[in-house]
Amino acid sequence: MKTILLDGLPLPFADGQTIMEAATEAGIFIPHLCHHPEFKPQGSCKLCTVKANGRYVSACTLPAKDGMEVENNSPDLNDKRRTLLQMLFVEGNHFCPSCEKSGNCMLQALAYELEMLTPHFEQFYPDRPVDASHPEVLLDFNRCILCELCVRASRDVDGKNVFALSGRGIRKHLIVNAESGRLADTDFSLADKAAQVCPVGVILQKRKGFAIPIGRRRYDVEPIAMQVECAPSRTSGEQES
Amino acid sequence: MGTVAASRKVRLATTSLAGCFGCHMSFLDIDERLFDLIERVDFDRSPLTDIKHCGACDIGLIEGGVCNAENIHVLREFRRNCKVLIAIGACAINGGLPAQRNHLDLGQCLQEVYLTGPGIVHGQVPNDPELPLPLDKVHPIHEVVRVDYFIPGCPPSGDAIWKFLTDLLAGRTPRLGHPLLHFD
Repeated sequence: MKTILLDGLPLPFADGQTIMEAATEAGIFIPHLCHHPEFKPQGSCKLCTVKANGRYVSACTLPAKDGMEVENNSPDLNDKRRTLLQMLFVEGNHFCPSCEKSGNCMLQALAYELEMLTPHFEQFYPDRPVDASHPEVLLDFNRCILCELCVRASRDVDGKNVFALSGRGIRKHLIVNAESGRLADTDFSLADKAAQVCPVGVILQKRKGFAIPIGRRRYDVEPIAMQVECAPSRTSGEQES
Repeated sequence: MGTVAASRKVRLATTSLAGCFGCHMSFLDIDERLFDLIERVDFDRSPLTDIKHCGACDIGLIEGGVCNAENIHVLREFRRNCKVLIAIGACAINGGLPAQRNHLDLGQCLQEVYLTGPGIVHGQVPNDPELPLPLDKVHPIHEVVRVDYFIPGCPPSGDAIWKFLTDLLAGRTPRLGHPLLHFD
């Protein structure tokens, strides 16, 4: 049986499995945002950075190799992950008290997990108008972290190509594929996979936001690191109830 | 308790800048533990004492962000006088609700609120010299002064505030884990 050593613990893996997949199967949490077990990994958020045989790599994209020594839950890596979170927080407008995703949000849950007490950096306060044109779904771009899960879901699962990223560097942002740029002018529907995958509070079902009160939500009840086994339904929250 | 009582009490100051006093209300939510606290702490400037200026203190608790010139004066007074400065609540930490105006033009905001908004007759933008001038953007306090500790939450619960203060007073590194660490 081939194994990797994750923080000293031997984990078996099958050929072709990534470090993330081997860890998830063993119930061990590696922080992540753009990774989703149902989608091809792209390794863009870098939250899952681990040290494999001494080198920093993305756990969601690197295939496990027999005998590989992987460092995951260490002060060094968690410091770097916390800094990445802080940069994500200041780049957007992540005002949790006004967000209906609060308590079900992976960004927030990871900030709790990694004990991020302050955004530390200077706030950007970008101007990102919301798109409330669609009858069933609100788009609040203020919270977008560019994980591309909605892009991938709409393109690869729904076959609709409703979302895309546009611009480069710090100007990169999420756009809607319609001449008007409005979600109402696409064939997007609440039944789409893309409506279910947002790890933060960008894609929100209307008139459902507070069906479960704040304080009784997914990550209010149990920290994100304790919920590894139910990863496939990670963004469910209110939709499932 | 004997050694603490024999030694000097810790001096604590609190204030609200661009905040709603919700964090102060939550501070009062430590309820009867306030009796334990005043065994160990003397209050300096605070809404609880109505002392107007901060003297030399051990701990300063700041609620609210910085939205006008007076906030900056008060914040700097606290930083000058407090050995340990703590940002408490979402507004002090990331600007919070007042910072939701940051993507708008301040001049246009004032125009709309005081002159052109619905139902306004004979309006005027307040310009009394006693009023502190608003800043064009609302800032978290760590963008203005050095901040030693942060207690997130909107507001942080009484339990979170108590845990944090008792850790600090006991000489431990203050730590808020699940479920005390909350941003909402």
